[in-house]
Amino acid sequence: MTTSVLKRPSAAEARPRRRGPGVRGRDGIAGWLFTAPVLIILGLFLVLPILMAAWVSVSSWNGLGSPFQDTVKFVGGDNYAALLAKPGLAQTDFGTSLRNNGWYVLLVVPIQTAVSLFLAILVNQRVLAARSAFRTAFYFPSVTSSVAITVIFLFLFSASGTVNAIVQWLGGSGVGWFADTRGVVQQALGAFGVHAPSGSGFLGLTWFDWISGPSPAMLVFVVMAIFTTSGTFMLIYLAALQQIARDIEEATIMDGANAWQRFRYVTLPMLRPTTFTVMTLGLIGTWQIFDQIYVGSKGGPAKTTLTPAFLSYSQSFINNAWGRGAAIAFILFAIIVVFTLVQRVLLAERGSARKAPRRRPGGRRAHG
Amino acid sequence: MADDPRPAARRRRPLRGGTIGTYALLTALALVYVFPFVVSLANSFKTDEDAANHPVSLVPQTFTTAAYQQLFQTDLPLWLGNTVVVTVLVTGGRVLFDSMAGYALSRLAFRGRNAVYAGLVAVMAVPGVVLLIPKFLVIKEFGMYDTYAGMIIPMLADAAGVFIMRNFFESVSPSIEEAAKIDGAGVFRRFWSVVLPMSRSAIITLFILSFQASWNELPQMIISTQSPSLFTLTKGTAQLASGALSAGSQFPVKLAAATLMTIPVAVLFFVFQRRIMNTTAGATKE
Repeated sequence: MTTSVLKRPSAAEARPRRRGPGVRGRDGIAGWLFTAPVLIILGLFLVLPILMAAWVSVSSWNGLGSPFQDTVKFVGGDNYAALLAKPGLAQTDFGTSLRNNGWYVLLVVPIQTAVSLFLAILVNQRVLAARSAFRTAFYFPSVTSSVAITVIFLFLFSASGTVNAIVQWLGGSGVGWFADTRGVVQQALGAFGVHAPSGSGFLGLTWFDWISGPSPAMLVFVVMAIFTTSGTFMLIYLAALQQIARDIEEATIMDGANAWQRFRYVTLPMLRPTTFTVMTLGLIGTWQIFDQIYVGSKGGPAKTTLTPAFLSYSQSFINNAWGRGAAIAFILFAIIVVFTLVQRVLLAERGSARKAPRRRPGGRRAHG
Repeated sequence: MADDPRPAARRRRPLRGGTIGTYALLTALALVYVFPFVVSLANSFKTDEDAANHPVSLVPQTFTTAAYQQLFQTDLPLWLGNTVVVTVLVTGGRVLFDSMAGYALSRLAFRGRNAVYAGLVAVMAVPGVVLLIPKFLVIKEFGMYDTYAGMIIPMLADAAGVFIMRNFFESVSPSIEEAAKIDGAGVFRRFWSVVLPMSRSAIITLFILSFQASWNELPQMIISTQSPSLFTLTKGTAQLASGALSAGSQFPVKLAAATLMTIPVAVLFFVFQRRIMNTTAGATKE
């Protein structure tokens, strides 16, 4: 988790800050000196790059020389149009990457949220001994390198790999995880005799292409994402569960509520803010899948694991279409922002409609 | 866990069937989570044929360290060296720079502090993957492409680390520093001799996060280098996985590389287990 922030009771918040007029001058210089290294590094390698990329995304730069030399021309919105409006390979590739990543987000975010909540509730049982051992097991994949995990999954899901061996041992037939290019919805429809109709569509893909589902290879990445992130989110849920006053739960036991009702009507509503956090972080993370694709499939087979992040990289570094690559990065940025905002609005509305009971600060101490 | 206010309640409850069911379920799930690592370790000691023919077996038919020997005779020592250089410098830089900035944001009243704070929040909101191409452009423009400087300098500070340190300083009383101030110690002196030694717990947290982030970093290495002499463990292993060698076989070598690169993070994880998990658990305030 890169966005982690230590949780501490911030007692200093309330304390009046010393602001002697004599101190201020020296503090002023020291303050800027102390923040200078961080500001310079982030300014040069975060803010400046965004500005440069904004220029490149509206330029004709092909990777040779500097993007600021005279031969590089301003092309306006051409790079964006090639992706969004103009039929062609660039648009089809971009549409395909959105389709692939969209299915990935759709599957990973709800499942990993549910799995991490489930794990947290199991591990949170008070009667349980050895729960730190379980926590460790579930969390360990989260601290491991994405490269190592991808390599391991490539083996597990290879044609003669562990998963296929287990499937065959159970009587099934092996799946060509990284060979089959048909989406799973398409495969299911195919079993009922429905085949790809041609017709109109969106971003260079027919509507059937959009709904044809993730390929088996993409499903492997879905499983991998759940495996590597559920531990992190489990910990976030665990922290929240431990803050929920147990007395409230015990009061509902006396009211005769069973375990499921207690979970459904007391615990779950109280976890709403945490669920929002977990889903938002999940959404932001899943739209950015890159490492796994770079190591595992390079977008194949037949572009079924192409994602916008990887497409942005390959358009730039491999095809030298830097303007287009930069444009993809900006569109991806916009997608992440829009999805986060939409989710915020949706969850906020549902929250106010049901009036979830909220934990009062210090409530546990007061009751305990 | 440790903060259970009433440990007596634990003993009051008898062991019921439900509890045994929970144990069984948890154990099964834990095995699923551990299984891939065990499979990886076991298969790294197999021959290519053995790994291809018996992918489930956790016991090699003929135990061999050939995969590890092959790795150590080729590029692995180089990759390891590069990764160590990057990790040491990036971790050191982040611990120093992030704690300095965090301290300033919490304790030093300077003009523009709110703007700096807002700027860092904004920077943290930018998704990392979006910056791949932009970062390459700047690194190239500065003439740092394909150098250690290009690999390391862009990672020397991170906004999240600054917030960790800032929140830590907000949570501790400034009284000791103020005593030092009355004694006439300047702000730099106070920071070095009083503040940093006092902040051990937060610095360890920052150290763990920075170590893990830089050891596992892949995209930054992809966009800042191309020569094989600058490959890190992540980039080297990635190349191994998708390069010419990856024609379906050679899995023991790749799994051995995956296992080796996991070890240092695993050690760090088990040593600082409790602290890591508490840090992440507190990652988000509602």
